Amino acid sequence: MLTYALRRLAGAVPTFFIIVAASFFLIRLAPGGPFDQARRLPPAIEANLRRAYHLDDPLLLQFARYAGGLLRGDFGPSFKYHDFTVTELIWGGLPVSLTLGVGAMTIAVIAGGWIGLAAALHRNSRLDHFAMGAAMTGIVVPSFVVAPLLSLVFGIYLGLLPVGGWHGWTNAVLPIVTLSLPQIAIIARLTRASAIEVLGSPFVRTARAKGLPERLVMMRHVLKPALLPVLSYLGPATAGILTGSVVVEQIFGIPGVGRYFVQGSLNRDYTLVMGVVVLYASLIILFNLAVDLLYRVLDPKLGRAA
Amino acid sequence: MAAAAPRGRSLWRDALRRFAGNRAAIASVGVLATIALAALAVPLLSPHGRDTIFWDLMAAPPELAGWHPFGTDTNGRDLFVRTLHGARISLMVGIVATLVSLAIGVTYGAVSGYLGGRVDALMMRLVDILYALPFLFFVILLMVVFGRSILLIFVALGAVEWLDMARIVRGQTLSLKQREFVEAARALGVPSLAIVRRHIVPNLLGPVVVYATLTVPRIIMFESFLSFLGLGVQEPMASWGVLISEGARSIDTAPWLLLFPGGCLAATLLSLNFIGDGIRDALDPHDR
Repeated sequence: MLTYALRRLAGAVPTFFIIVAASFFLIRLAPGGPFDQARRLPPAIEANLRRAYHLDDPLLLQFARYAGGLLRGDFGPSFKYHDFTVTELIWGGLPVSLTLGVGAMTIAVIAGGWIGLAAALHRNSRLDHFAMGAAMTGIVVPSFVVAPLLSLVFGIYLGLLPVGGWHGWTNAVLPIVTLSLPQIAIIARLTRASAIEVLGSPFVRTARAKGLPERLVMMRHVLKPALLPVLSYLGPATAGILTGSVVVEQIFGIPGVGRYFVQGSLNRDYTLVMGVVVLYASLIILFNLAVDLLYRVLDPKLGRAA
Repeated sequence: MAAAAPRGRSLWRDALRRFAGNRAAIASVGVLATIALAALAVPLLSPHGRDTIFWDLMAAPPELAGWHPFGTDTNGRDLFVRTLHGARISLMVGIVATLVSLAIGVTYGAVSGYLGGRVDALMMRLVDILYALPFLFFVILLMVVFGRSILLIFVALGAVEWLDMARIVRGQTLSLKQREFVEAARALGVPSLAIVRRHIVPNLLGPVVVYATLTVPRIIMFESFLSFLGLGVQEPMASWGVLISEGARSIDTAPWLLLFPGGCLAATLLSLNFIGDGIRDALDPHDR
């Protein structure tokens, strides 16, 4: 188990390096620079600024310096938010983004699992058809359509929830719902498919035949194997929620990490963009790793082999 | 001539019959065809131009008197016409980028699966690495770097969506190459590339068609996501994402600006998904 974990972790290192290198050189290719303004700076001042931020060094040296900083946990200074380091900016936004992400993920797994299981138990009933139709709709309606609609209905028409800002838990409701809807839908579909398979398997028939109450059959025999595919979907789900947060944070005006990405790349705030990419990439990699490890623990077919 | 011989039921004829029995899929074909035809025939459906400005109608609600069935946007342009022009862009991006992803994914997967061995392991390892990348972020960076040309959108979205296709195709190829007709071709001295092209790829058609149908809506969604962030197609062109982002800004005063393009987008994506599922069930009824 430990060797497997270490091997996977070692395998993640080149992936991580590729992500850092690709995004570093890509953003440097972009025309314009962080000090472009409507009024041009005098050349001497611009040259000084570039020197101060080491932008006049050869690109490879800059990359080496950046990578070296990363290894020490230093993301460098932000080019646009003066007097702030990227680390400070990210630490400021991270709790907010994590609240949204963890909230959305929790709701998605619980609600999606329930809906999928219910649909599988009443397969081809009206409930099943309705739930799966709704799930399909949930998958295809993008968050940037859902978010404004939710704020229109619950914020403006009903006046129940705030439509933007970050002052209390009420601010988190709409963004979390927006982020979780497509994931609920996907997880419901996954759970339904795997639960149908599990329900048809011999050990469930045996459990029913020996007279176990239906509730116990569900809890002891169906739930765990039916949720295994959901577990392996959690990696992609993290990526989906992180990507979604870019748009959702922008729509609801939430001071998280996601909004820095688009702003940063339009402003050519090189280090800030890199910081967000590095953070998100590491979250995705680590989460995938955790999920794989958990999978090996939970799936009896794999656990022994390791 | 055996003209009287009973016609066999071919795979495709069977599939067509099953597809025709799938009500959701047939209805979806209808919806999609309507949207596509309307997009092609905009000039026949509305007297207004895409960029005509109605100075006395800014953000006006839908009205049939002046033939503004979707209302007008905040600049006084007819939303019906703009939505249908948006359909052109969104559908075109969806189809072209899917073709790009098809070309890359099928070639990569077929070559990897057919060659097998160390090459295969290496090629699939690369796919594994690419899988872990947060792709949308790279597309966003690409857009920022190279400017927002529609050509780049095709290529960039196609280039990030080929991984699943490559995996599916590789898996199928691995099992196909064990089959007798491939062995026969090899025995006859047909070169590898020709075997891949003539014998492997045509037999991959089923899963590839299914997966491609499901890729189109994903790409359309990606494109509107980019456009929503202001990184997709630019004025005066308008994809659904652009219209939705304009609508989202005036959601409290003119909700129809979001509802109509958003509704069209949702209807299109829903139809494409139902059609994809329908084709899958028709080709492989065991999978249900």
